[in-house]
Amino acid sequence: MELTGAEILVRFLKDEGVRHVFGYPGGAVLHIYDALYKQDKVEHILVRHEQGATHAADGYARATGKPGVALVTSGPGATNAVTGIATAYMDSVPMVVITGQVPTNLIGNDAFQEVDSVGITRPCVKHNFLVKRVEDLAITLKRAFYIATTGRPGPVVVDVPKDITAAKTDYVFPRKVEMRSYKPVTKGHIGQIKRAVKLMLSAERPMIYTGGGVVLGGGSQLLTEMTRLLGFPITNTLMGLGAYPGTDKQFLGMLGMHGTYEANMAMHHCDVLIAIGARFDDRVTGNIEKFCSKAKIIHVDIDPSSISKNVRVDIPIVGTVEQVLRDMLRILKEKKGGPDKAAIKAWWKQIEEWRKTDCLKYETSPEVIKPQFVLENLYKVTRGNAYVTSDVGQHQMWAAQFYKFSKPYRWINSGGLGTMGFGLPAAMGVQIAHPRSTVACVTGEGSIQMCIQELATCLQYGLPIKIITLNNRFLGMVRQWQEFFYEGRYAMSYMESLPDFVKLAESYGHVGMRIEDPADVAPALKEAMAMKKRLVFMDFVTDQTENVYPMIPAGAGLNEMILV
Amino acid sequence: MENEAGALSRVAGLFSARGYNIESLTVAPTEDASMSRMTLVTRGSEEIIEQITKQLNKLIDVIKLQDLTEGTHIEREMLLIKVRAMNSGREEVMRLTDIFRGSIIDVTEQSFTIEITGASEKLDAFIEALDKELIIETVRSGVTGIARGEKSLQV
Repeated sequence: MELTGAEILVRFLKDEGVRHVFGYPGGAVLHIYDALYKQDKVEHILVRHEQGATHAADGYARATGKPGVALVTSGPGATNAVTGIATAYMDSVPMVVITGQVPTNLIGNDAFQEVDSVGITRPCVKHNFLVKRVEDLAITLKRAFYIATTGRPGPVVVDVPKDITAAKTDYVFPRKVEMRSYKPVTKGHIGQIKRAVKLMLSAERPMIYTGGGVVLGGGSQLLTEMTRLLGFPITNTLMGLGAYPGTDKQFLGMLGMHGTYEANMAMHHCDVLIAIGARFDDRVTGNIEKFCSKAKIIHVDIDPSSISKNVRVDIPIVGTVEQVLRDMLRILKEKKGGPDKAAIKAWWKQIEEWRKTDCLKYETSPEVIKPQFVLENLYKVTRGNAYVTSDVGQHQMWAAQFYKFSKPYRWINSGGLGTMGFGLPAAMGVQIAHPRSTVACVTGEGSIQMCIQELATCLQYGLPIKIITLNNRFLGMVRQWQEFFYEGRYAMSYMESLPDFVKLAESYGHVGMRIEDPADVAPALKEAMAMKKRLVFMDFVTDQTENVYPMIPAGAGLNEMILV
Repeated sequence: MENEAGALSRVAGLFSARGYNIESLTVAPTEDASMSRMTLVTRGSEEIIEQITKQLNKLIDVIKLQDLTEGTHIEREMLLIKVRAMNSGREEVMRLTDIFRGSIIDVTEQSFTIEITGASEKLDAFIEALDKELIIETVRSGVTGIARGEKSLQV
């Protein structure tokens, strides 16, 4: 039977197993919206700004491992989506973004709401397509999902001109897709894995360093099993939190610029570094010249271009984290004799010394709310079971430090691009995916205002997100850098003319709370969490001068931390 | 690479976004119309060339990539050059063209247009050998290349 392009698109989404699409209508996608209207298998979530659509699809993907889908119109619809696309790209999140386009006969004519979406998004997508014939639509969408979800995942944009959505052709769901130019590897090289295992077992001061790839690659359980079997210390990057239980004794906390003293010191002094699904980002390595200078490095990654990009490695292994860890574990178990027990014991003794620094300690106060105290209580009140999204800045680092994630897919933040405004729309995606779970959005009074309009979406779809705003009347991280490196010249980092967030939340139809007394923090959180059906906007008025510690200044080595 | 609209700009974009340098680039369809072949000349340390290779391989439109400098290979470039050629000067330009095994492909009373093919250095040498005053216009194709022997870039 012949269907229109718009009908094909919607049918395809249903056949591909897509249940939710985050989007915003407009001229170029009207046919698609009409096709959506006539069915009930694919639910459309109407956001209030296209950036919100892409972040929500992104959050949905990060909390489920399934691709997120966004639908936006041509021109400004597409350009508004770019920030969300770039955010997903930097963190390798599987996502398909369908952008409307002006009719093919008008492309290149500077038509109304025309923009070269394929051109604009090219540097921040894994791949993108312009569909030029309705006959190509279904297979192009299939390719988009295939590319987005395999190999190193990432966003894929499909630009669909309006006339293509009106044209008709036969529709058959393309079950399979083959591309001669895209064949992602899965299994790692067995010889390399054997070499890696041998090196691991010879280590005296081993360190496991894992990143977002373990979460995305579904390798969390295998990683936990292997780490426990070996008895080695482990650290996670900001993106990798939750891949290994955050409460476990072998876990040294996060590493990097605001990582723990013990994690960074263990990195600096280790003799064998086992990097899995991590990409040696500059916020992790600090000064590259001084990074792990005593270590032989094993690096497991799905993306060959991540290997030896920033740091030269000794044993590269290209493959999916899951496959490689499976092989690694098998080989480890077959080997007679484990790691050097005496050496590992001595190594742990050293690590325990570093741990005694208690680098995350902070001074509590009876008068003013310390931001860390809010996060500690959020962790306690939610028993570590919440999905936590965050925006970008100090609150993000405190959330990473103080919320002990014990499961993957629970910690959702913009690590690579550092996108303020990510937290709330991402939380919407998470809440749509997990309607009965507690979803907390940890944010600041700066970040939350960047996508505040999505409070309306939350009301429309009854999303009971708990917004935890650490309101210090400053762009805290900017202020911190200005204090440290610009002699306290706080240029433009003070947030004046703030709205009354309680009234704002109420005007959007939600519950607003302002918490100013440290004694009220825990009770208020409990009260908010008990409101299972309501979005609660919690405005915590926090200490203005608090800084995130420890900190490695830019250009310093991992052993050169500022503690307090 | 796939003979797709936008494939060229993905390559060009990658080079500019990551700060690599393109010295020359040639691209044309192959005997299979769905594919085109690009020869790109770039310069960098071993690490940078390794990264460029990996990043190019990551592009979905790139089907296969070969670093010609890893083996023996042949490089060729074509030069079209228009020179002022009058009176006794015509003889001189013709002689020089012969020496470089070029051919004169267009003639007017005042000028010759010469075609020369060869390694880039040879083209440089020819331009160097000409009197600067005589050169009206030059156009170079950019380098294209192929591996020596049986080895081939097959899909």
